[in-house]
Amino acid sequence: MSKLIEIKDLETNFYTYEGIVQALDGINLSMGEGEILGLVGETGCGKSVTALSILQLIRPPGRIEKGEVILRVQDKSNQSKHPIDLLDQTELLMQKVRGNEISMIFQEASEALNPVYSVNNQVSESFLLHRQKELCQDVLRKIEQDIGKGRSFLRRIILKMERRIYLRMREDPSSSLLAILSFLPIVRSYKRRMVDQARIESIKLMRMLGIAHPEEVVRRYPHELSGGMQQRVVIAMALACSPTLLIADEPTSNLDVTIQAQILDLLRGLREKLKTSILFITHDLGVVAEICERAAVMYAGHIVEIAPVDSLFRKPLHPYTQGLLESVPRPGCKGRLRSIKGNVPNLISPPPGCRFHPRCPFVMAKCSERKPALKEIEKSRFVACYLHHQETKKNDT
Amino acid sequence: MREARSKYRFWNEFGKSLKPRVEELKFSIHRITKSPLSLVGLALILVFALVAILAPQLAPPERLHEPYHIPRDGYAAAPQPPSADHVFGTTEGQYDVYYGVIWGTRTAFRIGFMVVGATMLIGLLLGSLAGYYGGLVDEIIMRLVDIFMSIPTLILAMAIVTALGHSLDNVVKALIIVGWPIYARLIRGEILQVREQDYVSAARAVGCSHVLIILKHILPNSVYPMLILASLDIGAVVLVAAALSFLGLGAPVGYADWGQMVSFARNWIVGPPQNPLAYWHTITIPGLFMLFFVLGWNLLGDAFRDILDPRLRRR
Repeated sequence: MSKLIEIKDLETNFYTYEGIVQALDGINLSMGEGEILGLVGETGCGKSVTALSILQLIRPPGRIEKGEVILRVQDKSNQSKHPIDLLDQTELLMQKVRGNEISMIFQEASEALNPVYSVNNQVSESFLLHRQKELCQDVLRKIEQDIGKGRSFLRRIILKMERRIYLRMREDPSSSLLAILSFLPIVRSYKRRMVDQARIESIKLMRMLGIAHPEEVVRRYPHELSGGMQQRVVIAMALACSPTLLIADEPTSNLDVTIQAQILDLLRGLREKLKTSILFITHDLGVVAEICERAAVMYAGHIVEIAPVDSLFRKPLHPYTQGLLESVPRPGCKGRLRSIKGNVPNLISPPPGCRFHPRCPFVMAKCSERKPALKEIEKSRFVACYLHHQETKKNDT
Repeated sequence: MREARSKYRFWNEFGKSLKPRVEELKFSIHRITKSPLSLVGLALILVFALVAILAPQLAPPERLHEPYHIPRDGYAAAPQPPSADHVFGTTEGQYDVYYGVIWGTRTAFRIGFMVVGATMLIGLLLGSLAGYYGGLVDEIIMRLVDIFMSIPTLILAMAIVTALGHSLDNVVKALIIVGWPIYARLIRGEILQVREQDYVSAARAVGCSHVLIILKHILPNSVYPMLILASLDIGAVVLVAAALSFLGLGAPVGYADWGQMVSFARNWIVGPPQNPLAYWHTITIPGLFMLFFVLGWNLLGDAFRDILDPRLRRR
């Protein structure tokens, strides 16, 4: 499996009045093509900040301090893929990457939809932004058909004008002439064909996502849809341009269990169909076990463990992961549920060294001195804990 | 048969896409008709609009090239009471009150729309820049707003008119300069709230540019309070303009303008001792026109709020 995205030493800080919040402190993560990776952790451990940093959507007072986010992008001219560092890109280039290469599903579907626009308007926005040339192609085909039908003289003149406009748009979607034309009253109605085409595309997409009566749904406004339906629309928005990486930020945490299962099924099916990699952010370990192949556990801005899901659940290595798994209620388990003692540290003044050491039952002297690196101790199992680093050393000697 | 169906399909689609809008419009009209005060406001403004449109028919100008000049019947100082020639009587200098208030309606609409339109545009532009980008841009624009708002409105407007010279155009300019900060501040506050919404981040994540986000995603969600303020403000602006005219800073003498009509009446509010109400018409009639105009816009503003504010709309 070739790597799709690699995050190296990503650091993001928030400059607040109280001090500098070190939200991400050296995140290392990589994802293969078509992989579903779970990113697990408590609230406020930096899961969403990681997602937003990848897309460069961190708003002030937040700032990405250093690191690399290397995405392998398909080259249009030749079939090879070449890596680009997203953090070096200009805003204009990032706008082309967002929605096209990487897109994001937000947590609250009801809030991720703009209340003043119909579903169609929001889903087709992505098509209109990133798929102009393809849409033009389709529109031109339709115009040719209409011309072939041989309508009245005036109609044919209009159709020929439209054809010229769309030929031009196909060559250069951002030409200034088109920008002027799109402001002129009557003339701008040529855009209607484009919008119609985008609506056909969105209906197609929504049918693929298993939405019943998509022709009906696209006309609705967000408040007229149920929670599950809203989440599907949000997924449709994210998938419009079949991105290579989909970031799903707790897409199921506000849905009830049956809808949750449906959405998870949907995402799994999409991975099969579109070969999209999914970075699945959640705090729900059950969901991780259900859908992910690998999981990365985050704690207070560090990644503490990355492992394939089944071995992570069978034999968690990091003390935090162990604590996390023990605090999940299981049927047949008597007695009090165990919890991790202590509180999540304040990230303005995080504990030195391993950020988990004040709460760790196996704390050692050097835990508070230096941050343990994320090391591969078994095949494809990475842990950032001195407990296991020592073991490997012992094995070596 | 198929040909015919495809011909009508476009109109069917169009009709379907229009249906929710028609429903909402019906609901809006229903809202207005439910509240008698809104109806009164609407009626008042419609009447004034009719008066303004039909001014050449209601009061045919004597000199066609300068219709805003009030005709005068002699040069005597004392106003004349209403008569067959002058329906509302004449005011100081024998200016015809009827002609003045009718053509003054046009002046009032012009001042109101021009000032509010321009202040809205400037406020919208600067307010959205400040609210969306924040940081230094916000700081600069908002401190500018603070400076403008720290000087009393009327005094600043007077100073500007005095500096630019006395004319109605300069009154409009002055009111625009004085009026935009409130709009900028209002729209900035709304945008600060809206820009943190998830759908703005979602739009960014889809790849929208900043301009598109402001125009398409933020403004439609934050512009309603400003529209309400604008409709209330049309009345207020006309009042301030009248105050400036009253102080002699507005229109040239003899120009059809309610403020000036009141200004003419300044010395004739109380008549001679034996008949204190002798000249009542000079002050009352332009005063009433102003009163109903402002009242109309205020009631209409309330109606707009009921319709446009989604929190009040469905009550």
